[in-house]
Amino acid sequence: MENLEQLVQGGLDAVEKADSLQALDQIRVEYLGKKGIITQQAKTLGKLSAEERPAAGQKINEAKGQVEQAINARRNDLERIAIEQKLASESIDVSLPGRGQDLGGLHPVTRTLQRIEDFFSRAGYTVEQGPEIEDDYHNFEALNIPGHHPARAMHDTFYFNPGTLLRTHTSPVQIRTMEAGKPPFRMICPGRVYRCDSDVTHTPMFHQIEGLLVEKNVSFADLKSTVEEFLRVFFERDLQVRFRPSYFPFTEPSAEVDIEWGREADGSIKWLEIMGCGMVHPKVFGYCGIDAEEYRGFAFGMGVERLAMLRYGVNDLRMFFENDLRFLRQFR
Amino acid sequence: MKFSEQWLREWVNPEISSQELMDQITMAGLEVDGFESVAGTFEGVVVGEVQSVEPHPNADKLRVCQVNDGSKSVQVVCGAPNVRPGLKVPFAVLGAVLPGDFKIRKAKLRGEPSEGMLCSESELGLSENHAGLMELPSDAPVGTALNDYLKLNDVAIDVDLTPNRSDCLSIKGIAREVGVLNSLVPECPRIDPVEAVHSEVPDIRVDAPKGCPRYLGRILRNVNLQVETPLWMREKLRRSGIRSIDAAVDVTNYVMLEQGQPLHAFDRDEIRGGIVVRMALPAEKLVLLDGQEVELTDETLVIADHEKPIAIAGIMGGEHSGVSAKTRDLILESAYFDPITLAGKARHYGLHTDASHRFERGVDYELAREAMERATSLLMDIAGGEPGEIVEVASKEHLPQERTVDLRSQRLADVLGLEIDRTKVEEILIRLGLSVGKLLKNGWRINVPSFRPDISIEEDLIEEVGRIYGYNNLPVTEPTGSLGLRMNEEATRPVSAIRDYFVSHGYQEAITYSFVDPKVQTQVDPEREGIALANPISADMSVMRTSLWSGLLKTVAHNQNRQQPRIRMFETGLRFLQDGQRIDQQPMLAGVVVGSQYPENWVNGRRTADFFDVKGELEGLFSLLGVEIGFVAGRHPALHPGQTAELLRDGERVGWLGTLHPQVQKNLELNGTILMFELSLNSVITGYVPNFKEISKFPEVRRDLAIIIGGKVAFADVERVARKHAGERLTALRAFDVYEGESLGEGNRSLALSLFWQHPERTLNEDEVHSLFNGVINALKEELGATLRS
Repeated sequence: MENLEQLVQGGLDAVEKADSLQALDQIRVEYLGKKGIITQQAKTLGKLSAEERPAAGQKINEAKGQVEQAINARRNDLERIAIEQKLASESIDVSLPGRGQDLGGLHPVTRTLQRIEDFFSRAGYTVEQGPEIEDDYHNFEALNIPGHHPARAMHDTFYFNPGTLLRTHTSPVQIRTMEAGKPPFRMICPGRVYRCDSDVTHTPMFHQIEGLLVEKNVSFADLKSTVEEFLRVFFERDLQVRFRPSYFPFTEPSAEVDIEWGREADGSIKWLEIMGCGMVHPKVFGYCGIDAEEYRGFAFGMGVERLAMLRYGVNDLRMFFENDLRFLRQFR
Repeated sequence: MKFSEQWLREWVNPEISSQELMDQITMAGLEVDGFESVAGTFEGVVVGEVQSVEPHPNADKLRVCQVNDGSKSVQVVCGAPNVRPGLKVPFAVLGAVLPGDFKIRKAKLRGEPSEGMLCSESELGLSENHAGLMELPSDAPVGTALNDYLKLNDVAIDVDLTPNRSDCLSIKGIAREVGVLNSLVPECPRIDPVEAVHSEVPDIRVDAPKGCPRYLGRILRNVNLQVETPLWMREKLRRSGIRSIDAAVDVTNYVMLEQGQPLHAFDRDEIRGGIVVRMALPAEKLVLLDGQEVELTDETLVIADHEKPIAIAGIMGGEHSGVSAKTRDLILESAYFDPITLAGKARHYGLHTDASHRFERGVDYELAREAMERATSLLMDIAGGEPGEIVEVASKEHLPQERTVDLRSQRLADVLGLEIDRTKVEEILIRLGLSVGKLLKNGWRINVPSFRPDISIEEDLIEEVGRIYGYNNLPVTEPTGSLGLRMNEEATRPVSAIRDYFVSHGYQEAITYSFVDPKVQTQVDPEREGIALANPISADMSVMRTSLWSGLLKTVAHNQNRQQPRIRMFETGLRFLQDGQRIDQQPMLAGVVVGSQYPENWVNGRRTADFFDVKGELEGLFSLLGVEIGFVAGRHPALHPGQTAELLRDGERVGWLGTLHPQVQKNLELNGTILMFELSLNSVITGYVPNFKEISKFPEVRRDLAIIIGGKVAFADVERVARKHAGERLTALRAFDVYEGESLGEGNRSLALSLFWQHPERTLNEDEVHSLFNGVINALKEELGATLRS
């Protein structure tokens, strides 16, 4: 049986030298295949006595196992090397930029409007739309601004003819919504509005968002909390808010809302006017067929560009409508 | 309304600083818009007296003066034309510092020593007037610091009043507010009726009592308008932003500022017959005080004599009838004009005067007589004169009615969200001049005074109580009350989803003006006329857009001019179409694409975007929305005739996609291939709610074919025919290759298709598929003249 040991040693040497999976497979066939060198040894068993046979058979099996194990080990090695070689050849420059479409962006006014809409939607307000070419009735009359009212001078109106105009605020949407439905209401109306005015701080078109809440039991105190909470959420800051008596024909009591915006030289708060609000005027309810004794409401409104300017630090209103890509891309 | 703080403090003087005072009235609703010192900052200026004036030996225009500064006499060289012996002037002594940090030092002017400077108003920051030295009254005490003498430690406060607060267009009104806020009672000057010394009265007739419910006139004879208005009055006027003219005009302005009643003075000698208050006759003309001639309309209320108009009532007097230094006898006018009659009239004539501002907003209708008495006595103090009786013509029927308004305590608490103590409420109301007429079981009956035309309903009173109590002292509570949950239509996607889709496909959102340049619009939409504005801001923003392309292409030009070769933009918004009498305001979605399809990169970054890039993006959008949109070759005047698709949904056109027509592109001076689309948002926003179908367990069968078709046959035709003959088990049909080449023959194309079949309940057998496939091939041959490619 010396011969067997030599055979095994020969096999192991061959396995060791195999440098490819193919060569290894040939060795497997050569030694362990049906006609393989070691397999052939089993045929010698027949010449042995019955007593010798089991021990000899076991030796042959062990020899087989030895070679097989070596082949498997060598195969694993070779496979690992092959993968490593493949991976090495497949490596790329991961620092090159990715390809495909880049991202566009929302206009900062839309971005601002969406934040505001989100806030109020979560509080149960619906988002309402209305026509931009409006009639005098919905833009003025039903908002308690009759033809001779001095407040009309505050609105530089674009007209098509004496009864048809570009809406000067989004308030007519409130009127239309109240006309079409029944209280209670919680709504906001965002959109384009127009004033015949153009200079460094005015564009003839801009955006407003107004809100309206009509319930049986609502007060100025409720208005205050809504406005304060909104402003804090919008600016993500616990800023101070104050309500200053003012005048709008469609609300009473009316207030301008100022927010804390930095400090004066003497350390006192610098106030910045940010929006208007008030309790819905009974005459407006009257025009909309709502009983002002049964229902009360509050309304508020603000200029979207102004909020966007403050939020993002934009210093020129006119840039919003130039649509310069170098400007717009800053908001994506 | 601009006023002097000092003047206000003569009426009511709370122990608070100027800043506190301004904060206080701002928070009461009288917004302080600005404030400024009434003079520049200076020191070392005293009342000086010019003792002598000698010619300068070396200069014609200069004089050498001796000036008394109160303790000594010094030599000053001066070039002012009005310098003369005896004149009292502001004198900046050596060491004085004038506004602008200008220090007065010893100097020699053309060889003559000068120790100090005589000052004009502008040099002291008092006014723009630099024509000559500021002349002080002859009784000015020499040597007194000018600051003390003129009481220049004063602030001019500018209040931006809301249109409802006409009652605060006077010192009296503001003092009332300040009194309420500080629990003080303002001290008013005593006004006594002036006794008539002659019996001459003006002849007054009011033909338009609706516009002029009350008119008072009085003749004042033998006044001397050559006299100078006293400095104290001139200073108060100056600090309120009003220029001194002459005693008569100054007094009327003074009383207007103090009391809130605009007045007017006519030269009696220029009035023919008497005064008639009437509506103007059509095309009547009047030369106004400012020198402009206006043609009046018959809706204008005028003051006339028996021949012609002499003033536009409540707005501006006429030049001819106005007072001048020569005037000896005058007619003073004090009236109540109806705000509605006057509304908008001043604007119509391009005017805005202190009088019109007040009358339009509503002057106290009981004030005219008191103001007339006040003006008479002030004018007599200055210019002398003999007063006659006041003639008053009033129409009770047309005067505002006295009114009462009830305030319920429960309503007050409900609206403000707070129950305010009864006595506090009453104090606020009473100090505001809103007397409590009658105590009601549940509140108060308030008598509204004649100076508060803005108060007519309960809310007006609630606002008064609220603002004086302080909005910031009111509580803050969360709104309660419930709302039913709202329907949310699943098949309709929010516009925000569309925006997000475009953003994620590299589009930048634009917002362009809704009014556009008609010249640009004619290029993109020549067949429609935009609705024109009657008063556009400029010609290039004068018509409403009929297509969002007008604005987007302008945006392309703007960006191309700024080195932006790659532009992908979209916009949503209304377009405006005239539809007979109706105006159709349609929400649209539009986009433009120019330049490379992808941002420049190292793989294929320079490929120019083409029709199919944008079409693919729109198809993606339509999948997102769940709508089926067909693309059919069409013609649009702004688009390339061979690269235009009409977008159809259920046979209805919902929009366009195409390449901008090269001619239009040239006309608009744009570069590159510009792809554009526009579609009606409402037509595509509603898709469907998914409906589950069983997934087939059986294999799908694929068959490919390649055909050659003529140039006029569209893929859509091939698809239509193939689908018609492929049977109901066809699950998909795709084009996987399109080829054009000379070998195929002129205009011919080769098209490779794959068809997929699947049965939900069993395996399709070979024969079935074969026969359907052959059916398709035969139909393509017969119906479209296709040939099978070998």
